[in-house]
Amino acid sequence: MDTQLFQLICFYGFATVTVASALAVITLKNTVHAVLALVLTFFSAACLWMLADAEFLALALIVVYVGAVMVLFLFVVMMLDVDVEKLREGFVKFLPIGLFVAVIMLVEMLGVIGVRAMHAQVVGGDPALAAGVSNTEWLGYALYTRYLLPFEIAALILTVGVVAAVALTLRERRDTRYENASRQVRVDPRKRLRLVKMGADHANESTASEEPRT
Amino acid sequence: MITLAHFIVLGAILFCIAVAGLFINRKNVIVLLMSLELILLAVNTNFVAFSRYLGDVSGQVFVFFILTVAAAEAAIGLAILVLLFRTRSTINIADIDSMKG
Repeated sequence: MDTQLFQLICFYGFATVTVASALAVITLKNTVHAVLALVLTFFSAACLWMLADAEFLALALIVVYVGAVMVLFLFVVMMLDVDVEKLREGFVKFLPIGLFVAVIMLVEMLGVIGVRAMHAQVVGGDPALAAGVSNTEWLGYALYTRYLLPFEIAALILTVGVVAAVALTLRERRDTRYENASRQVRVDPRKRLRLVKMGADHANESTASEEPRT
Repeated sequence: MITLAHFIVLGAILFCIAVAGLFINRKNVIVLLMSLELILLAVNTNFVAFSRYLGDVSGQVFVFFILTVAAAEAAIGLAILVLLFRTRSTINIADIDSMKG
């Protein structure tokens, strides 16, 4: 079979799955099912990116989104005991205006795209292959030279995100016992234990043994 | 043969579905967050397509940064959501109106 025809068939297949699962995300009643539909959307979008020769980003999308962010969503959805029926009131009420805005926007966008698509721009050869390197190498070279400062800032943003997420959800409980390590270290042993010298008392041994030992 | 228009049209359709999702699920914060992720996916698809079409690596670098920021945003958004549910025991946007004048 012709390679380009096969690519086109693959594109339409993946695009259909992407659009159908995106529709499922916004219409499904059960939030857990919606998250799973979103996973399918991301997965087929990653396949589409791979068709566009963005292999590294496609795999990063699967690892980062499907592997981390969507699992986080699933955890939160399952942790919260939400009354779904109450949240869906107004679904029918807002459906017409939502469809209206979406259709108008789609028509406008397609109009803009259609003007440009008059002269069909064929996607050319893989630019990374033309440069003689793999996609990852191509991307990594740009990332670590021209975009080094933004790359570092992205790392900083991720750190801030982690700290903020922990700081927001950390719950301080008043009734728990805990150890204060710095106070433990600062303790002077001489203040805790006092050695008292006492002379042996042989006279009334029987009463001394009955005394409570401290 | 896949043209640039194929990818942009797909991006436009995804974007419009996500905006419709913002409208019709305006009570449920979780679905709103998921619609935001869909919008970012649509934009990223456009970036990837144009990067491929122009043979320029900048588009893919930007997708990388958008993925990073979106991951941090999702983590903080879900943390706020958990906090909200813990204090108000609801995630209905209609009930979160204490700052209404």
